[in-house]
Amino acid sequence: MPTLWFCIISVMLTCYVILDGFDIGAGAIHLLAARTDHERKQVIRAIGPVWDGNEVWLLATGGVLYFVFPQLYASSFSGFYLPLMMVLWLLMLRAIGIEFRAHIEQDVWKTFFDGIFALASVLLAIFYGAALGNVVRGVPLGQDHYFFLPLFTNWRVGPQPGILDWYTVLSGVLALVALASHGAHYVALKTESELNQRARRIAAMLWPAQLALTLFSLVATLSIRPELLANYRAVPVGFIIPLAVFGSIVAMFIFSRKGNDLGAFLASSLYLAFMLVGAVFALYPVILPAVDPRYNLTIQNSVTADYALGIGLRWFSLGIVLALAYFVFIYRMFRGKVKLDERGEHGY
Amino acid sequence: MDSAEFIHRLHFAFTVTYHYLFPQLTMGLAPLIVVLKSLALWKKDQRYDDAARFWAKIFGISFVFGVVTGIPMEFQFGTNWSHFSKYAGGVIGQTLAMEGTFAFFLESAFLGLFLYGEKRLSKIAHWWSAVAVFVGSWLSGYFIVATDAWMQHPVAYARTADGAVTLTSFWGLVLNPWALWQYAHNMTGAGVTGAFVMMAVGAFYLLSKQHVEQAKVFLKVGVASALIFVIPLIGPTGDGQGRNLAEHQPVTLAAMEALFESRQGAPLVIIGQPDVEKKKIDNPIVVPRILSYLAYRDWSARMSGLDAFPQSEWPDNIPLLYFSYHIMVGLGTIFMAVGVIAALLLWRKRLFESRWMLWILMLSFPLPFIANTAGWMTAEIGRQPYLVYGLLRTANGYSKSVSAGNGWFTLLGFLGMYTLLSILFLFLMRREIEHGPGAVGATLQAGVK
Repeated sequence: MPTLWFCIISVMLTCYVILDGFDIGAGAIHLLAARTDHERKQVIRAIGPVWDGNEVWLLATGGVLYFVFPQLYASSFSGFYLPLMMVLWLLMLRAIGIEFRAHIEQDVWKTFFDGIFALASVLLAIFYGAALGNVVRGVPLGQDHYFFLPLFTNWRVGPQPGILDWYTVLSGVLALVALASHGAHYVALKTESELNQRARRIAAMLWPAQLALTLFSLVATLSIRPELLANYRAVPVGFIIPLAVFGSIVAMFIFSRKGNDLGAFLASSLYLAFMLVGAVFALYPVILPAVDPRYNLTIQNSVTADYALGIGLRWFSLGIVLALAYFVFIYRMFRGKVKLDERGEHGY
Repeated sequence: MDSAEFIHRLHFAFTVTYHYLFPQLTMGLAPLIVVLKSLALWKKDQRYDDAARFWAKIFGISFVFGVVTGIPMEFQFGTNWSHFSKYAGGVIGQTLAMEGTFAFFLESAFLGLFLYGEKRLSKIAHWWSAVAVFVGSWLSGYFIVATDAWMQHPVAYARTADGAVTLTSFWGLVLNPWALWQYAHNMTGAGVTGAFVMMAVGAFYLLSKQHVEQAKVFLKVGVASALIFVIPLIGPTGDGQGRNLAEHQPVTLAAMEALFESRQGAPLVIIGQPDVEKKKIDNPIVVPRILSYLAYRDWSARMSGLDAFPQSEWPDNIPLLYFSYHIMVGLGTIFMAVGVIAALLLWRKRLFESRWMLWILMLSFPLPFIANTAGWMTAEIGRQPYLVYGLLRTANGYSKSVSAGNGWFTLLGFLGMYTLLSILFLFLMRREIEHGPGAVGATLQAGVK
């Protein structure tokens, strides 16, 4: 049962990363992709109706995580206090940037809020990557299951790590490149003419960097945590996951070359999904590794009682079926009547 | 002022107070939008559609602010209150996760449909999407109130070996009797906010002689709903809450009324400042025996005062609790008066010409926000010194690993960020209100985003 919930949460988190990932990525590249006021408006319009709905996935994932693994929620959220608070501020700054930008009339202020939106998006991507890097690297959990990380210490992966060290910064940069390219594919998909061309060019330019960083981060991860290969050795089928990561990144390249924006966007989504799956596969059953492995938080020592899990599974199944029903209903409502690029209503 | 406990409390109190300014408006407006859409269908009158569209935009903006300021609330359970989360997550994690699964997806999916789909949907389907948004926002409210109700009145739990609590009955948690009263009281409170805001905008348009036809619709629907919500706000829901307190948190009730000494036929204090050191009330104006009646339906019932309880069980900020409670009740009384007078004038067909009343309606819109805030302060300060009443003290619930300095750092960050958000919200509201409910196609295109 804990394993099932572990999978559910991983899937929900992946949905969040893919969905909010494209609007964060679009924010990160929009200063480069969109030059004129009209083009920038188009970028904002492409994500306008969906970005806050995408953030609902973050809330929903957080809620389920809280209920299934209360100990993990308590330990990791208090330990990652500083970066989480900064993530919250960045999410707000993005909202401020988008909303002001869309409604203010003066050009000076438009430029300013475009800048805010872009900066917050870039930093958010880096923070998310660094957060994931922290989870993979491990944190100084004590016997009491708690820890606290300062923003940085000596930038080394050692017994007293900070949020930022060379490894997590590397993860952050990888996340920025991956989400920027994800966002570029999305913008290309949702727009036409010059803006579309420029978004495609940005995606093409980011591609080699993304490939190189993916490989580099794989090597770096195995050098600091060689034990992460244990699950792969035990279940060799798992090696499909890194292959799928490279398959999807190659597919991104091929679709881009052919000018198939939808294909490239989907390949980019798969890339993000497989990267996350690869990480959780390696970690399982640990959900927050400690510097001292005796204090690892695992699905067994963090999970809530069986009764709660069982009853939760019942309402969660109902809730997800209902949620899927809404989306089917919405698709049927819009089917055949609206072009995908019109206002981006194709779902959350 | 320098303790970590204090700063974590202030951190949550500030962010949640700010957050709740938005959900009370969306939860209050949601049923009114359904009413407007229903009137449009029933009377086949374009004015109601225009009105619904205008309020949907106000709703949409407030919803975004609710989401953006709501994410920090969920995070803070873990960041600032990790020991509480470890302790109680096995129970209240259920209601919080259900909110995400059942309410947020429903609300956000159909809000998009409602805001952007009017031209593509049939009238009936568009009406249904308004209903779905209403149901989503009110469900969301229920799960949050059920979470708080469990902290006020823990039920359906058992202790685990490691000193935490775990759920024993799902329906026991979801149908906590405390939650039912609290929810009814809270939602009527939100309804009053929605109604007063709608009346205020209507009054503003009439007084400034613009969008006159729309303004009359706003006033009619606003006044009727104000009356419908304010009556149950006071009785039975407010009254029911009070009697719950008398039964389960008598020390809280004594502190709310600043009743220092136990006595028979306890009076209700209308005005006066409590002096906790000297255990008396300065310049009191009281109504004899009312408190005993309200709590026990008996004019001469014996009420336990604070002296009946050890000081370690007293709420730790009695004056603030006392004032929050009195502000809430005082404003509730004013809402009743305003609602009844406005309804009488409307019934006699004189409301639209009564400029003095329009001025009152226009200027009253901040009051429900204050009353709802004061109501929540009463509930949460009254629960002290416990986080989970009778089970977990607040002093044992905050994140011991997060120092006061880090708490101050992020609180100041939130102060700055929320200042920006406030400016943005006022800017967007002014823009929508100036734009008004007219010009159908243009406003739809301008949209919320």
